[in-house]
Amino acid sequence: MEKFVYIALFAPLVGSLFAALFGMTPKKTFIGVISSLLLATSFVASAILATYVVQTGHGIHVTMMDWISAGDLDIPFGFVVDQISVTMMVVVTLVSTVVHIYSIGYMDHDKSFNRFFSYLSAFVFSMLILVMSDNFAGLFIGWEGVGVCSWLLIGFWYHKPDESPDVNPSISPSWAANEAFIVNRIADLAMLVGIFVLYWSTGSLQYDVVFPALPYLDDAILTTAAIALFIGAMGKSAQFPLHTWLTDAMEGPTPVSALIHAATMVTAGVFLVIRANPLYSMPEVSEVSFFIASLGTFVAFFAASMALIERDLKRIIAYSTLSQLGYMFAAAGLGAYWIALFHLAAHAFFKALLFLGAGNVMHAMHDELDIFKMGGLKRVMRGTYLYMGIASIALAGIPPFAGFFSKDAIIETAFNEGTLVLWTILVVTAGMTAFYSFRQVFLTFDGNERYKEFNIHPHEMYKFVLIAMSPLALLAMIAGFFQEEFHKFITTSLEIMPNYEMSHHTHELALYLGILVLIFAIGGILLAYKKYANGLVRNEKVENSFIYQLLKNQYYIPAFYAEFISKPYALISTMLWKSVDMKIVDATVDGIANMFYKGGDNTRKMQTGNLSNYLNWMAVGLVIMLLVATIYTLKA
Amino acid sequence: MYEQIAFYLFSVLTIGLFLVTVLTKNILYAMTSLAGGMVFISGFFFLLEADFLGVVQLIVYVGAVMALYAFAMMFFDATRDIKENTTSNYLVFFLGGMIALMLVIIFIAPIMGDNIQSMYPPIEGAGNAQSVGLVLFTKYLVPFEVAALMLLVAMISGIILAGKKMDNSLTTQEDIIIEKEEIIK
Amino acid sequence: MIGLSHYLVLSGLVFSVGLVGVLRRRNLLMLFFATEIMLNAANIAFAAVSYYYNDLTGQMFAFFIIAVAASEVAVGLGLLIVLYKKFGTLNLDDLASMKG
Repeated sequence: MEKFVYIALFAPLVGSLFAALFGMTPKKTFIGVISSLLLATSFVASAILATYVVQTGHGIHVTMMDWISAGDLDIPFGFVVDQISVTMMVVVTLVSTVVHIYSIGYMDHDKSFNRFFSYLSAFVFSMLILVMSDNFAGLFIGWEGVGVCSWLLIGFWYHKPDESPDVNPSISPSWAANEAFIVNRIADLAMLVGIFVLYWSTGSLQYDVVFPALPYLDDAILTTAAIALFIGAMGKSAQFPLHTWLTDAMEGPTPVSALIHAATMVTAGVFLVIRANPLYSMPEVSEVSFFIASLGTFVAFFAASMALIERDLKRIIAYSTLSQLGYMFAAAGLGAYWIALFHLAAHAFFKALLFLGAGNVMHAMHDELDIFKMGGLKRVMRGTYLYMGIASIALAGIPPFAGFFSKDAIIETAFNEGTLVLWTILVVTAGMTAFYSFRQVFLTFDGNERYKEFNIHPHEMYKFVLIAMSPLALLAMIAGFFQEEFHKFITTSLEIMPNYEMSHHTHELALYLGILVLIFAIGGILLAYKKYANGLVRNEKVENSFIYQLLKNQYYIPAFYAEFISKPYALISTMLWKSVDMKIVDATVDGIANMFYKGGDNTRKMQTGNLSNYLNWMAVGLVIMLLVATIYTLKA
Repeated sequence: MYEQIAFYLFSVLTIGLFLVTVLTKNILYAMTSLAGGMVFISGFFFLLEADFLGVVQLIVYVGAVMALYAFAMMFFDATRDIKENTTSNYLVFFLGGMIALMLVIIFIAPIMGDNIQSMYPPIEGAGNAQSVGLVLFTKYLVPFEVAALMLLVAMISGIILAGKKMDNSLTTQEDIIIEKEEIIK
Repeated sequence: MIGLSHYLVLSGLVFSVGLVGVLRRRNLLMLFFATEIMLNAANIAFAAVSYYYNDLTGQMFAFFIIAVAASEVAVGLGLLIVLYKKFGTLNLDDLASMKG
């Protein structure tokens, strides 16, 4: 079985390196094909591992090599394939394979085709390192690798400039990439602190050493570690207040968005909390866990509210990711780790499908993303319409699609824990989710064909791309039915994943609760249908209202950051640059150089070419040396 | 007593002759006084019971080296005074004086390592030449051979360097030019 | 009584005389003479140390110095002749072709 671990892990790396060989050359389709095949290999290996874990009930732990061995610090380069990581591996490799195949079609006309595949595979490889590592150091390596690859990919079209809001409200990809990277750096610092705290107090970074040692630690240390690790997770999973990069990251190519949102990046934060569940389940850190749940719930609502009025197709989906991540954190914070993981997996399928569908639309509309300029696309893009519809139904949580089961379980958890405020918010958010996702579908695919004004001739995506997307659509439809099996499988080993069951009371009420959520969801859909299905009617009064403007400007948070963090920082930097760097550091270095220049210029006169002068100078040197010798003799 | 008289006499003569060498304008005087200085230095060697060294000094320096200089000077017309802008005397005597002063201070100061054990003491009952021979051909055999090789190389190189284009005389040409200039005047 | 210091001081003085010659003269042949003086100064010191420490090593060094001096004269004079053939002078002021 060990070889499958290595195959699953290193196939994407091989693909990446192979594609990198051709990074600077013109497009070669076989690069994409080979990368996709290697990813598929990785998926098959993951699936084999998954069946193995399902059948035997225990994981595989391999140690590839000693990595860092210095003094007391001993970090082997090991990988663990247990219930949690195998779930992640299957999800990641499956979604990534589809995204790879999709990219062959999507990036068809891009001149950096080969480079794209190199980055994409490296991204998947980093994520696999992250989920498979058996220690925090390896996890951190993967974590940073994901960060770097996301930077490369978000800024893939780095040459594109900013565009004005009238044409296409976009910021430049390089700016977005930097924002994502820097925000993640801030969070990573906290995460490193958390890792250090754990190492400092337990003397190891191995999961199977750290977690059993937790009950013997101080409250303060546990709380610090829990908070610090969660801040790291917040950065990667774009939780408030570090969420701004996620929507700006939409500047990257759409397959990248699909990958970031569904498989390889934002889920890392949730994965970290799930992986570190022994830490977050400690009674000493219950406040932190509750804070996670509350923040998750808040973000779920907060992001959904911004999605309600967003006009940019990809940003709507990005907000929905944010919102769904909030759901996952809510579940994880409340102790229902397996439900969070289940929602993560289900969400990965339909979110990838949504993004890839959005990519199709974008492709058809020649990179136009404003849904107010679309409409009626279902007549030309049947396949995409179907997929987007399936994904939106799943997202909205209509049974029997995947989203219903996973999301409903989370909402039920909130009820079960007696946190009725959280429950209420989550239920309302479910309705909002249904509304904005169907608003997007109806505005894009139904109603009058507004794109004709802009002289765009949409066309359907390549056939093979649509076929490649079908596994996702299938899974988005049926994944929910495997909830019980998943539950049984994931909680086989309670040390790795604690069980979470609804209380008897909740169980009785489950049906009614489900129906309540359903009512909200269907209400949202109906509202969206009524307002948007028959064409766009813009209401000036609503659009000028305070709340609309507030949401449109994302609660003025980006503006706040720009005004109160970026600007003072730039100011301080400029000041330091001008006063400290230029006047002290630079001046010192220049001064030393000038000293030598001047000295050289002045001593040049000594070099007369006359041997006699040189001999005189030699005698001067001899006098000086003898002087030293004389002083030394007299002293002795 | 004789030793002291001899030492001071030789010292004054040596330094005086060498000063003539250094300060004179005529190259022939310089060479002659140098040869004289060398003879008195061999006198010091006899005083210091280094008979063989003294003899070698006389043979090599006063004999061979001076003869070599004398031959070399045949190329350079030794009868004429040397025309040169000597370096300003103040600087030279300041530097030379400083060095002399400091060397004197250093050498007058008690010498460290008075209890040095001699490695190769002179052999009892043997003359100086015999002792030198014994040490030179046992302990210093390899350096001796290397020195011999070096002298051979030096000889060959000297012959080759000086021997090229021996047929056209340099002094005569120069003299002819000078004579022509005098005629023009 | 004449001690080691006397000889060493004498050696230092002779050396200084040689050095004055090296510093003062511009004629290469005179520089060679001055160099010989300095080498002889060293020889005096070696012989004196050899005598006062009752060790033949000093004399050995003096021999080698004489050998080196002889080689130097042979090669040096050859070079001087080549130089004189080429430039027609041995004055250092006229040979300053490497001005920086």
